Amino acid sequence: MCLAVPGRVLDIQERDGTRLATVDFGGVVKEVCLEYLPDLQVGEYAIVHVGFALQRLDEESARHTLELFSELGMLQEEFGDPWEAAAGGGLPPVGEEARK
Amino acid sequence: MKYIDEFQDPELARRLLDEIHATVTRPWALMEVCGGQTHSIIRHGIDQLLPEQIELIHGPGCPVCVTPLEVIDKALEIASRPEVIFCSFGDMLRVPGTGRDLFQVRGEGGDVRVVYSPLDALRVARENPDRQVVFFGIGFETTAPPNAMTVHQARRHGIRNFSMLVSHVRVPPAIEAIMRSPDCRVQGFLAAGHVCTVMGVDEYPALAGRHRVPIVVTGFEPLDILEGVRRTVAQLERGEYGVENAYPRAVRAEGNLAARAMLEDVFEVTDRAWRGIGVIPDSGWRLSAKYREYDAEARFSVGDIRTSEPAECRSGEVLQGLLKPNECEAFGTRCTPRTPLGATMVSSEGACAAYYLYRRLETTPAPREASPVA
Ligand code: SF4
Repeated sequence: MCLAVPGRVLDIQERDGTRLATVDFGGVVKEVCLEYLPDLQVGEYAIVHVGFALQRLDEESARHTLELFSELGMLQEEFGDPWEAAAGGGLPPVGEEARK
Repeated sequence: MKYIDEFQDPELARRLLDEIHATVTRPWALMEVCGGQTHSIIRHGIDQLLPEQIELIHGPGCPVCVTPLEVIDKALEIASRPEVIFCSFGDMLRVPGTGRDLFQVRGEGGDVRVVYSPLDALRVARENPDRQVVFFGIGFETTAPPNAMTVHQARRHGIRNFSMLVSHVRVPPAIEAIMRSPDCRVQGFLAAGHVCTVMGVDEYPALAGRHRVPIVVTGFEPLDILEGVRRTVAQLERGEYGVENAYPRAVRAEGNLAARAMLEDVFEVTDRAWRGIGVIPDSGWRLSAKYREYDAEARFSVGDIRTSEPAECRSGEVLQGLLKPNECEAFGTRCTPRTPLGATMVSSEGACAAYYLYRRLETTPAPREASPVA
């Protein structure tokens, strides 16, 4: 749960007095609240935790981190189907991991 | 993944490891506070690449793991009520309460929903004005600001069918408790990077000074962890105990001021029980008086549920770094991620689950491999 994933801001809107962004996490797109990073701009990267941008990140380190997370299957863990994960014991079987 | 060529920048990894090997002259025990770091260390075999004198003790920094059984039982009770839609992060589904978990409550007809963000739970409340929507607000300082904002917005927009079951925990009091424990072996801390992204570093100098332990703010990727270890060991070898930031790309000294201000407004510091460890003074947050009407515990009168932990699970010792997961009798036999006895086996950030995933095939206790860079 504590995973904070870097993402790139695609666009920004205001709804009900709240600043919201559409953010791309290496292909997965989510709505993200910008209230804690109100001056974040379209095209910039930020560390996002449970739908909230918490800190700006430079593009290079953001891309590095995203690549690593996707290689390790951590994006799937964060954005995948939690019911399926829970039904399977919440974690991938050891054999699968060993093959990586 | 025990091989250095699998690191993102093997050249840099090797340089950091060489430097650590060259610096160490004595045994040192370091604790990585955050469960995300534990996961990364075990997954990449970082502990096995380090010099033998360096022991990494896995700290209590997995919010899923430290949420007390009592709170899980309260969640299960609330989630079972017919008028309730219970929203939670996915990793709480399999955390065992007394006799069942949220996954089972859903199987028995409970309306349990998984959300990505706490704001999603607020949306569910707007869309279902005739139901009670409860969000399970747990986590460390990283998760607290999103949850705080959600309660704040509920109040601002007058969404009265929303409430939160709050069991937030704070890292610095846990470090304090670990250092005060008579069994404490920890000599240096890798502090949790994203906690400091929010809170900054000002809580740490006093702690470091009082207990004469270096505290190095550290990220989660393998190279970040090596850098954190390198700096901590360098301080220890010099006899210093300062606070350093080894994760500057994500952590500013002051943290995120807007988030800190929101935390001040919505929450107040309280004593909090940690699963397997017990009550740690001032180690939690609860809703402040201004937001108390959004407290699910009061709304559903579950405040008096009391439970005690199963004796077989030794996660309390694991969480304090007194026992390695694979030294627990039940590890990998009666206790697996599919049939967890304790919360440290549920979340992939929990030390028991990390060992189960990456160390199960090794003998007990895990052997130290000859380091390829020694
Ligand atoms: S292996 Fe299972 S029973 Fe043993 S300490 Fe870990 S969670 Fe508890």
